[in-house]
Amino acid sequence: MSEPLLSVRDLRVSYQVGRNFVHAVDGASFDIPRGSITGLVGESGCGKTTVARALTRVIAENAAITGGQILFDGKDLAKIPEKDMNALRWRDIAFIPQSAMNSLDPVYTVEYQLDEVLRRRGGLNRKQSRARSEELFEMVGIDANRLTDYPHQFSGGMRQRVAIALALALDPKLIIADEPVTALDVIVQRQILDQLKELQTRLGVSVILVTHDISVVAYICDRTVVMYAGKVAESGTMQAALTAPSHPYTMGLRNAFPDLQGAAAGILTPIEGAPPNLASPPAGCRFKPRCPFALDICGTEPPIVEVAPGHPVLCHRANESAALRIEAARTETWMAPA
Amino acid sequence: MDGPGMNPATEKNVNKKPDILVSVFDAKLHYAVGGAFAAMRGKSTVVKAVDGVSFDIRRGESVGLLGESGCGKTSMGRLLLKLEEKTGGTIHFDGEEIGAVRGSGLKKFRSKAQLIFQNPFDAINPRFTIRQTLAEPLENADIPRREREARIITALELVKLPEPAQFLDRYPHHLSGGQLQRVVMARALILQPEFVVADEPVSMLDVSVRAGVLNVFRDVRDRLGLTAIYISHDLALVRYVCERTIVMYLGRIMEDGPTEDIVREPLHPYTKALVAAVPVPNPDQSHEPLPIGRGAPDPRNPPSGCVFRDRCPAAHARCAAEVPQPKPVGTRTVACHLY
Amino acid sequence: MPEIAAPAITKPRRPNIIARMFRALRLPMNDPFAVAGLLIYLVFVVVAVFADQIATHDPTEILYTPAYDLAADLRPGQDDFLMGTTSLGRDIFSQLVYGSRSALLIGITAAFMVALIGSVIGLVAGYFGRWVDAILMRLADIAFGIPFLPFVIVLAAFLRPSIWNVVIAMALVLWRDTARVIRSQVLTLRTRGYVEAARVAGSSDVKIILRHIAPNILPLSFLYGSIAIGWAILTEASISFLGFGDPNSISWGYMLQDAFASQALAKQAFYWFVPPGICIILVVSAGFFITRGYENILFPKLSR
Repeated sequence: MSEPLLSVRDLRVSYQVGRNFVHAVDGASFDIPRGSITGLVGESGCGKTTVARALTRVIAENAAITGGQILFDGKDLAKIPEKDMNALRWRDIAFIPQSAMNSLDPVYTVEYQLDEVLRRRGGLNRKQSRARSEELFEMVGIDANRLTDYPHQFSGGMRQRVAIALALALDPKLIIADEPVTALDVIVQRQILDQLKELQTRLGVSVILVTHDISVVAYICDRTVVMYAGKVAESGTMQAALTAPSHPYTMGLRNAFPDLQGAAAGILTPIEGAPPNLASPPAGCRFKPRCPFALDICGTEPPIVEVAPGHPVLCHRANESAALRIEAARTETWMAPA
Repeated sequence: MDGPGMNPATEKNVNKKPDILVSVFDAKLHYAVGGAFAAMRGKSTVVKAVDGVSFDIRRGESVGLLGESGCGKTSMGRLLLKLEEKTGGTIHFDGEEIGAVRGSGLKKFRSKAQLIFQNPFDAINPRFTIRQTLAEPLENADIPRREREARIITALELVKLPEPAQFLDRYPHHLSGGQLQRVVMARALILQPEFVVADEPVSMLDVSVRAGVLNVFRDVRDRLGLTAIYISHDLALVRYVCERTIVMYLGRIMEDGPTEDIVREPLHPYTKALVAAVPVPNPDQSHEPLPIGRGAPDPRNPPSGCVFRDRCPAAHARCAAEVPQPKPVGTRTVACHLY
Repeated sequence: MPEIAAPAITKPRRPNIIARMFRALRLPMNDPFAVAGLLIYLVFVVVAVFADQIATHDPTEILYTPAYDLAADLRPGQDDFLMGTTSLGRDIFSQLVYGSRSALLIGITAAFMVALIGSVIGLVAGYFGRWVDAILMRLADIAFGIPFLPFVIVLAAFLRPSIWNVVIAMALVLWRDTARVIRSQVLTLRTRGYVEAARVAGSSDVKIILRHIAPNILPLSFLYGSIAIGWAILTEASISFLGFGDPNSISWGYMLQDAFASQALAKQAFYWFVPPGICIILVVSAGFFITRGYENILFPKLSR
């Protein structure tokens, strides 16, 4: 396997809230291979957005990267000076923030906003910038004569396409998209995902897709990183992590999701309880209070077990995962966790 | 495999004669946008949030109202609960036209027809304890003070909130989203209504707790024999909760029929695209392009004739000229010139 | 297994009614300026309440020196007159002390009326909308069109010069700002889920307004009330200074007018007109300091 494009090692990000520290990301490690789409999934507050923002060091004022490495192109993004980081942003790593479609400036035309990026950050001249804008619009499937329109003249889906065009403007190696389709209707969502996948394949760019929706991940991603309560529960290829999950949390998520493909609408199984408060997380495995397979040993910090090459799992019982999967498929298993 | 208490409709129809609880005929909700000046110059646009919708709901039936944002599903739900006044057509609830209901009649209607809100974090006054929240409908229905506590506990037990007494004096911010949505449900059920409209009740919740809330909803509905409308944009969720689905697009009904039939073999071109677009949590799935044109529905400026024709792959001349009327096709009703 | 998100919270005690009212006021206690403003108010309130004890003389009494001369234009400290006397032989210190009484009386009643009228109109207009809103807001537009000071002067003069007529005149105009702002706040509150929920639960409009909406706009009412305190005191001072004030009550504005008419500046009698000026500035700016504190609570993003 070739060298990954991005390698995150034991990343830690903390927020200061009053006098307390909340460890929103508490030792996350994963790789992003070149030319892949990776889904970063988890529930609200699991730290997925914080990870995504930490990768470009665009984090809140009261947050700080407190440890770990972010290796990108031989550089550690966690440590390089702000000036170098700023040079990387947009040119090498583009970030599409959550609800990017609403973050376009309403008083300027879309062309003006593209032009600003292309000329100021990309160093193109006026003519090159115009040509590139047209090319970008064509790429994301919008008629080039709509460049002179204002953001409010576009529908939500179209604005999301514009946001993608903006991200692609300087040919980045990595695009990080935070919930790019969450606010969109299913049909538009599907069309945007198809577009994103097509562009990713054509341009060979790597994409990190941050989302809470494992259906979206299943549809478009090659790999997935599943986060729970500030830690990576497991990561691996789509097949490994979704079809045959090895972490009980991922198994539970599969059960909780309604599926249109199944024969009939069966019974959905919730995971009892709610994610822990990160200001005072449970000792040991953070999923322990909700896990039906928890043992006494789970009160201690779980190891990262490589159940298959490139498929690390953060669980004491990772080696028993085949047996647990069978158990997990039964609704009763989740009714009364230990 | 069916869960406990599935198929309430078939169960109930055995011992109850089919009986229409809600009957909607040609309901319309139009409103002008653009303000007074635009209206004076004749330039205001009329948005037809609901435009000539007709359907009946039998007692004990669960109907999914499915569609994209702006299709009028939420407006339809609000019309049914008289939270919005219709601008045309009739809506009968239990044989009575609700348009003219006022005063004590309205009070009675409110106790029979309830709403479960989309956003549990917004649906409970942050200054109220759970006890105060649940007491409000009881006060309004003149339930004596001494009975209230017991009713509140019963309602919270019904929605499977463990150890309900411990929640009574807490404020909403002490509760998780799943717990709050159960409280919202308890408030809707505390007066023992016959009819419940649930407006995307799990869309604000995390995936791992969604299933729990949905299961409670199904369970309560079956136990109380509720008639329910479940408003959602997610066909997979509607399928989990409702035996019948009404698909709406730009204020009109496109297709109406048994959910399983719609999922397996959608008839209307719009439903076809909608079913194909639903993502599934499985990496092995079709990546065929959708049978639908790009663009988005514009409620201010819908096309003539069939409102879906500008995105429809099967549109022909007749679709522009003539509004398709709902026609029975097998188990379903479809509004499309193809049938 | 109970859900974890709610950790061991013991039953929150229901605070008693006074503590709850105090909390509803949401006094901006962690803003240093606001605290300074509250302290200034406190001092003036104490002075106003105990004016009878604090003042050394009757403020309207014409005084004589021990030598039975008219005690006119005495300097501070002369013959035990702390801050001197006016040209008519009245004690300036005592006038200042009693002046705080009328200032606070005017400020607080005007603020109360402005906040009350404005809040009620704002609530009704915002909640009921449609023609109710249209009528009330057109009235507000008219009130906006009225030139404030001339209107107050004319009305106060027309009704007979008294501080109460000044207060009424101000309330008739100043409610407009409060009403506008409260209305817009109510418009957003009305769309909140819990307001709709109360409707579905069968609550009457009055109940919804009192229970679910009014508590949320209370801080805004206080904000506009505290702005009105400053306005009212300034206006009263202006009116008295222009000579349209109540001749029978001593106010700081009256003192300024008296000093002006007696050519105090020419006499270098700074002790006469500077103290009332400083008092006006102190009370008015204290009002705005408190306002600022409320603003920080209501619109925390503004202060960043």
